[in-house]
Amino acid sequence: MNRQAAFWTIALLALVALPFVHRDPYHLHVLVLILIWSFAYTSWSIMGRFGLVSLGHGGFMGIGAYVTALLWNHLGVSPWIGIPLSMATAGVLALIVAYPCFRFRITGHYFVLVTLALSGIVLQVITATRDYTGGSLGYTPQRAQSGKGLFALQFDDKTTWYLIALAVWAAGLVIWRAIDRSMIRHAMEAISEDEDAAAAAGVNVTAEKLKVTLISALMTALSGALYCQYQMFISPDTVSGIAVSLQMVFAAIVGGVYVALGPTVGAVITIVLAEVLRISFGTKAVGWDNLVYGILLVLFIIFLPKGILGSVIDRIKSPRKPSRGHEQQTVPIARR
Amino acid sequence: MLAVEGLVKRFGGFRAVNNVSFRVEQGEILGLIGPNGSGKSTIFNMLSGTLPPTEGSILFDGREIAGLAPHRIIVGGIGRTFQIPRPFHRLSIFENVVLAGFYGQGRHSRAKAEEAAEHALAMVGLPTDRHASVEGLGAAGLKKLELAKALATGPKLLLADESLGGLDEAEMDQAADMLRRIRDELGITIIWVEHIMGVLMRVVDRVMVLDHGEKIAEGLPADVAGDARVIEVYLGTDADASLAAAAAAQARRRIGA
Repeated sequence: MNRQAAFWTIALLALVALPFVHRDPYHLHVLVLILIWSFAYTSWSIMGRFGLVSLGHGGFMGIGAYVTALLWNHLGVSPWIGIPLSMATAGVLALIVAYPCFRFRITGHYFVLVTLALSGIVLQVITATRDYTGGSLGYTPQRAQSGKGLFALQFDDKTTWYLIALAVWAAGLVIWRAIDRSMIRHAMEAISEDEDAAAAAGVNVTAEKLKVTLISALMTALSGALYCQYQMFISPDTVSGIAVSLQMVFAAIVGGVYVALGPTVGAVITIVLAEVLRISFGTKAVGWDNLVYGILLVLFIIFLPKGILGSVIDRIKSPRKPSRGHEQQTVPIARR
Repeated sequence: MLAVEGLVKRFGGFRAVNNVSFRVEQGEILGLIGPNGSGKSTIFNMLSGTLPPTEGSILFDGREIAGLAPHRIIVGGIGRTFQIPRPFHRLSIFENVVLAGFYGQGRHSRAKAEEAAEHALAMVGLPTDRHASVEGLGAAGLKKLELAKALATGPKLLLADESLGGLDEAEMDQAADMLRRIRDELGITIIWVEHIMGVLMRVVDRVMVLDHGEKIAEGLPADVAGDARVIEVYLGTDADASLAAAAAAQARRRIGA
């Protein structure tokens, strides 16, 4: 236990010290992206690991990004207030969509389809209100006057962004672990197996499912808002819609949804892979990088159903029987 | 303790339970028997909130519970088991019972839930080892786990959907004794559902017999076992008369009447 704590402290200190030692802006940029997406994937896995496979998280991310940016540009609301408001918006939407689903027992593939529609709707709304949101051309938060960077949550310095993203990512892991150790995990495991039996154990099935959905949606909206503030440019394709939702599902599953760092490993692998392919293919064969990326993802999912990190941990622990939670043989999307 | 009035459950045009009324007194074991499809499990599902009744009232300790959500009924003091055990395979045996202890008693504290789980597991005779997997349990073990989960929710009334079909004679007797001990030592009132009459008749204080969703007999085990309609339901009218008589005699012998 103490050794583990020491390991985590050293790892965290090393991560904090990194930008002061290694100042390459491209590498820092990639790292910030990895941290923000890791946080988004971790958020997804908070409900995804319990078989609540959502393809609507692109919608939550889009809301986080666009609500924050729109409030700033049109009403001058600081992101410090805008981000909580955008998260609240995503939370309310999550409850509106999820409550009827859970109340009327829409589970498995049907639940996936409902959430898919949610992504589509958010994307359509962003595109349709192009007078405000810029539609598919994208949207840029207005630059703050100099000296008001903190108020506008706009920083030119990559190191600052790296540290913000690191803190949020770490907070995401803490939340993931807190849920993993709480009774909520037990209740959700039970619910994902048998809702009637869970209810007979006294579990309020609808309320427990709403809890994890709400936490997941709020965190995902935050990731969208952070992405927006960092990139200073958002478009429906990059922070919203079905493609982004699928990207979350793939990355989280590739990394492994049953371990805290799984989604992070997924983000590292998918983003590094995408960057390497993009650079090596360059302009010689536009689009081919995506094809290779897609094939590799399929192979990962077929041959490492517990995700890369999950499989590695299993291999290390293989003489001992995994004690809890990791017995699942398949990824949640294939579970029902 | 429990007063059921005019309970009806319709599935489309089919009346699974038709106007059934009964009472259960504090501290008794009521046997609920009937052939397959006679409405026993449907009544259980309505008592525990898994199914809302179409009509009728269910008063538990003077409170109307008909149509309440299942978790509210469970937290309110009714525990249930399922006919076919429904363990949570992704949790250990201990975690299965702690879950019931935590949520079934209003989510007070994890320590209290673990204590309740230990008591419940000890009561049914399962190991309290924290990591033992559900996969190691056989049919009898799974039924015990089902019972431990129900006990951990801290019930005043236990709905035991036992169906001892998968067990051998010794295991049946064991299961019957366990229910009696639960009543005697923990003071829990029990409704016990079964379709095999033998073992049940020895343990219960009263029996209620269902057929096609209606109550056809209710009373002391000895009286019910001799009831002409009950024998007819269990053996059919076409059965050889001597066979029926032999079966009735055997049933009486088993319960010592």
